[in-house]
Amino acid sequence: MSSMIATRDAYGETLAELGAENSAIVALDADLSGSTKTGVFAKKFPERFFNMGIAEANMVGTAAGLSAVGKIPFVSTFAIFAVGRAWEQVRQSVAYPKANVKIVATHGGVTVGEDGGSHQSVEDIAIMRAVPNMTVIVPADGVETKAAIRAVAAYKGPVYVRLGRNKVPTIFPADYRFEIGKGCQMRPGTDLTFVTTGLMTAAAIAAAEELAKEGIAARVVHIATIKPLDREIVLQAARETGAIVTAEEHSIIGGLGGAVAELLVEEHPVPVVRIGVRDRFGTSGKAEELLKYFGLTPEDLVEAAREVLRKK
Amino acid sequence: MKERIVELEEKARKLRVAIVKTLHKSQSGHTGGSLSAIDMITALYFHKMRHDSADPAWEGRDRFVLCKGHAAPAQYVALAEAGYFPAEDLMMLRRLGSHLQGHPDSKSTPGVEVPTGSLGQGLSMAGGMALGLRLDGKENRVYALLGDGELQEGQVWEAVMAAGHYRLDNLCAMVDANALQIDGEVAKVMNVAPIADKFRAFGWNALEINGHDMAAIVDALDMAETITGKPTVIVAHTVKGKGVSFFENKASYHGVPPSDEELPRALECLGEECK
Repeated sequence: MSSMIATRDAYGETLAELGAENSAIVALDADLSGSTKTGVFAKKFPERFFNMGIAEANMVGTAAGLSAVGKIPFVSTFAIFAVGRAWEQVRQSVAYPKANVKIVATHGGVTVGEDGGSHQSVEDIAIMRAVPNMTVIVPADGVETKAAIRAVAAYKGPVYVRLGRNKVPTIFPADYRFEIGKGCQMRPGTDLTFVTTGLMTAAAIAAAEELAKEGIAARVVHIATIKPLDREIVLQAARETGAIVTAEEHSIIGGLGGAVAELLVEEHPVPVVRIGVRDRFGTSGKAEELLKYFGLTPEDLVEAAREVLRKK
Repeated sequence: MKERIVELEEKARKLRVAIVKTLHKSQSGHTGGSLSAIDMITALYFHKMRHDSADPAWEGRDRFVLCKGHAAPAQYVALAEAGYFPAEDLMMLRRLGSHLQGHPDSKSTPGVEVPTGSLGQGLSMAGGMALGLRLDGKENRVYALLGDGELQEGQVWEAVMAAGHYRLDNLCAMVDANALQIDGEVAKVMNVAPIADKFRAFGWNALEINGHDMAAIVDALDMAETITGKPTVIVAHTVKGKGVSFFENKASYHGVPPSDEELPRALECLGEECK
């Protein structure tokens, strides 16, 4: 059994480490520092932490101002507020000038759970992906989150990182090297490819193991950087396996599935099945129940694999 | 000092002429709000702010954020006059390929710190700059120029609250209170009065002046520098279209450039010989 850690916890830990290494790093939160884990940084570097109160628009603008005088601001709140409430601030004050602001949103997707549809962001990847200059990253586990946050701090420019609330299994080795814009083949396979992001990559690995028992060889490609998309790894999968199943804890509209479909329809059309939230809002429930309810389990991926193979 | 004020007044007149000519050439842009703001912008660029047009990224510079970004022509003529770029560039305002965008764009124009134009966002960025500069123990000051109509944006009050909370005494906001917005009188569209009292309630030092009285502008900016422990707002009562009689106090001139027929009359109002 692999270890379990929430990506938000990995973020808090890494941000605090980075704070010790680079005094230009500052953090901002909107009254959720205990949940987003920027509180870990705040405790160590109180003079470099700014609680902006429940006022996300001003928080994002303040971060842009801090970046304009040489700081490297990490801005955190829940995904629904970072992207929803402050969208135009992200667009105008951060992305348009290519400001060096890192928007690290936690509580993405339906696994927010009990708080319900108001708090479950299922559109954030699509919205951020549509903004020019923006890089969009959705790590799969704690190891990748740590590496990604370090890469994001070193990268000059705006980034949106989407993290989750709950503990997820660790699927990457400790010495994993993360590179912005690079996908990662988790498992070889020739019959079809799961192209997945975030916590759905662990589900895809489980689904591939299940399919292997039936003699179906499913490749698993993890895409942490949804924008810019690693076109080559996706096109190679399409050429070599001829069928793609995408999976994300997000709407099937505009996220990873959208990005992959857009690429393939122009460059190498093959059958694609998109797994995700099917143009609906979230609802209250336990995280595990909700993954089942919205069809985001390994069983759903096995079913999708059979479907895409029928279309091949 | 009196001579200095006279010099600044003449500078402002010259910049008004440049605004009118620039907007006539582009046939697109915001005349009224540029003319109402230009006296304050003149005082900032040619009296108050430490800056160096030969080195726009100079670390010792004070920062200016034109929150009411549609008054970009007023900032552009000041930047050109200060030497950030040649005055001929003004004739390319709003053209494809020009570094002078319709609204201020920090990626395009030397001397522009952050992009503005979507109202309500500038003061947050100015506050962030002030926080960051203070964190580094720097003396640089940050100036933000807002419109009164802009105060209808909720984000402005989030920024006002935060600047008061963090006691940003290196931040000075100026409100170009020309009392008009696109759809008419600010007081009728959505009343924002009393402006100074609202800022005071959020912990700001507030001054009220006539925004076309150069001596008053200079005094207020000097006084703002002496206030510690809180940010200062200068509520400047102005006249939209100030200096060109037939533009003055007309909401209809918010986003309208001078026509061919209006140009010579406008220049005449500004005491400029017409060629």
